[in-house]
Amino acid sequence: MRMDEQTRGDFPILSRTVNGHRLVYLDSAASSQKPRAVLEAMAQYYTMSHANVHRSIHTLGEEATELYEAARDRVQRFIGAASREEVVFTRGTTDGINLVAEALGRVLRPGDEILITDMEHHSNIVPWQMAARDRRVRVRSIPLTGDGLLDLEVFERMLSERTKVVAFTHVSNVLGTITPVAQLCRRARAAGAVTVVDGAQAAPHLPLDMSALGCDLYVFSSHKMLGPTGIGVLWGRRAVLDALEPTRGGGEMIKEVWIDRARWNDLPWRFEPGTPPIAEAVGLMAAVEYLEKLGMERVAAHEAALARAAVEQLGAIPGVTVYGPRADVARGAVVAFTVEGLHPHDVAALLDQQGIAVRAGHHCAQPLMRWCGVVGTARASFSVYSSSEEVAVLAHALAALRTRL
Amino acid sequence: MSPAPPAGLYSDVIRERWRRPRFRGELPDATAVAEDVNPLCGDRVRMMMRVNDGLITAARFAGDSCAICTASADVVSESIEGKSPGEATKLTSEDVLTILQTDVRPTRLRCVTLPLTVLQQALQP
Repeated sequence: MRMDEQTRGDFPILSRTVNGHRLVYLDSAASSQKPRAVLEAMAQYYTMSHANVHRSIHTLGEEATELYEAARDRVQRFIGAASREEVVFTRGTTDGINLVAEALGRVLRPGDEILITDMEHHSNIVPWQMAARDRRVRVRSIPLTGDGLLDLEVFERMLSERTKVVAFTHVSNVLGTITPVAQLCRRARAAGAVTVVDGAQAAPHLPLDMSALGCDLYVFSSHKMLGPTGIGVLWGRRAVLDALEPTRGGGEMIKEVWIDRARWNDLPWRFEPGTPPIAEAVGLMAAVEYLEKLGMERVAAHEAALARAAVEQLGAIPGVTVYGPRADVARGAVVAFTVEGLHPHDVAALLDQQGIAVRAGHHCAQPLMRWCGVVGTARASFSVYSSSEEVAVLAHALAALRTRL
Repeated sequence: MSPAPPAGLYSDVIRERWRRPRFRGELPDATAVAEDVNPLCGDRVRMMMRVNDGLITAARFAGDSCAICTASADVVSESIEGKSPGEATKLTSEDVLTILQTDVRPTRLRCVTLPLTVLQQALQP
């Protein structure tokens, strides 16, 4: 059975109509829809088990704590982390990168360099600029080749003993490019740099194994992988996390507090001050279980087939330009495109009139937009419930679009 | 029940002004110029005005923008010619929406207001 046939019934929102048409949701890279299992797990938690975690010595507090920590164990298995201490819950990818950039920034010295790439989301650019500011640390960017891949030769030349951090995306949120994480990390490590990988567009779509990737820190969000908003994951190699000073203080992240000092808590709680997103962790756990049942290898194959079909069908429409690697190169579940003579926002609004939801704009990747030579693009993206019929509906609508404005 | 489609989001006025804007162009002798972007989409609009003896004698716009923003910039340019800067800055998004004969949701309202914001910046005393 096709994956979308297997899953669509689990996503109540997909049966609604938009502007008189059946919803065709092609914006999962911005945020995926949620299966009933996630919605019900969160409702069940709030209905029956809610209390604050960790310090509430009563039944509800214990149930909430068990659920919250069980979510951590589930995520640990899902991403192949060596231990649960390596799994820190954050508010999302952006929050995770900011946490890491702030902590790493504190130990950077004048003359040090942070390498990013030309295809980063703003959330993997701006926190590094902030970390570098006032420290005389330089942020440099690895350029792309003509077909939207990282220029590894230039990367080699940029690496030096000054390089202290290499931060890059696993899957581009615009081009769909899948970066060679293991190779980049190997080279960065040899140069003595810490590697930080933005996995926001990878965790929902690819099987992950932290031990095989070889990076030091990896961040992703729940809401793009069928889970709720408001929670994300920072995975860090034990030794790397151990060496990071917490940058945010509060309850839960300490062992002992005096008026003039405090002693930090153990991993992972050292990086989780305040009441965490408990219901969201429960929802994320349900999402991970859902994805595991489907099997991430199958998920990846399903979405890769859709992306390939979209590149081929959209690319064949006169006036439509598709961005990113060639159709025969593996890519993530996103396809960015423009329609000649139409602004991306107008493309999205016209498609919306037919019930088709796509993203349009700069996708929080303005340096990459400049590389593409456009102000913005439209983007179709896919998840486990997306179907080849939806790709065909989009292609059909796009073919007729230029006459509609 | 889903919400009704934006009733004529792309009204005939918007279509016409987007296809054939009357005030798009450069104004080399402009005396008031400003430019800004819409952070939501990266659209960029520059408003140029020539002010003589307390009156805006010419207005033009340039930039890279969607149909709604382009049409808005065109309407704003047309509306302020012949007015004093003080009168011009009283132009509201409601005025522009009325002329455009459209109905936008909050996410697209910024497309309408960007030329107005840039106008205000250009004419700041």
